[in-house]
Amino acid sequence: MTETGLTIRRELVEKMIAHARRDHPDEACGVIAGPEGSDRPERFIEMLNAERSPTFYRFDSGEQLRVWRGMDEADEEPVVIYHSHTATEAYPSRTDVKFASEPHAHYVLISTREELGPEAEVRSFAIVDGVITEEPVHILED
Amino acid sequence: MSVTVSIPTILRPLTGDQKRVPASGATLGAVIDDLETRHAGLRDRLISDGALHRFVNVYVDDEDVRFTGGLDTPVADGGTVTVLPAVAGG
Repeated sequence: MTETGLTIRRELVEKMIAHARRDHPDEACGVIAGPEGSDRPERFIEMLNAERSPTFYRFDSGEQLRVWRGMDEADEEPVVIYHSHTATEAYPSRTDVKFASEPHAHYVLISTREELGPEAEVRSFAIVDGVITEEPVHILED
Repeated sequence: MSVTVSIPTILRPLTGDQKRVPASGATLGAVIDDLETRHAGLRDRLISDGALHRFVNVYVDDEDVRFTGGLDTPVADGGTVTVLPAVAGG
């Protein structure tokens, strides 16, 4: 999975950026589900940041249960787990690594820090057993 | 007392890759003790210093046990326990 990086439609990337901008300066977070084993992100799900914080995020536990169960029933898995960094670069923080718990997911970071201006930085990582591996992002134009 | 426990992907190496495993116990703590007898190592992934890890969500019949008594939460016969690692970071 990680050898080939993340392949994702432009529309989904734009949705993550739009969500990150809307919640700025708080961190935004969410999931893109896809068929189990496909490594193909398809269904975009914005999640609440229960922490409503510029430096931390956590999915609301009740919402997470509903969304995870919905994926389970549809034979889907979280292909992408995304969140924003609103003052720092799009690179996993120590806490991101500490809590990474979906070994098959692509962890996508979106930076909306001010010095980027109208640009947003989007990068993808595998985080397995505490090891961060950056991977290329292939964007499919719609 | 028979309950069904849903195991998240990251802990499935401890359950022979099974998504759902049976267990017994009248409280969440007893259910976890029972699981540990067949899936050694599971308890340490859920509990430390006698309490549930802060960044593991556990639900009994879909209620987050943080609001229902933690390890003392009663589990009814035929009930469900769901474990989900919190998705969190900074």
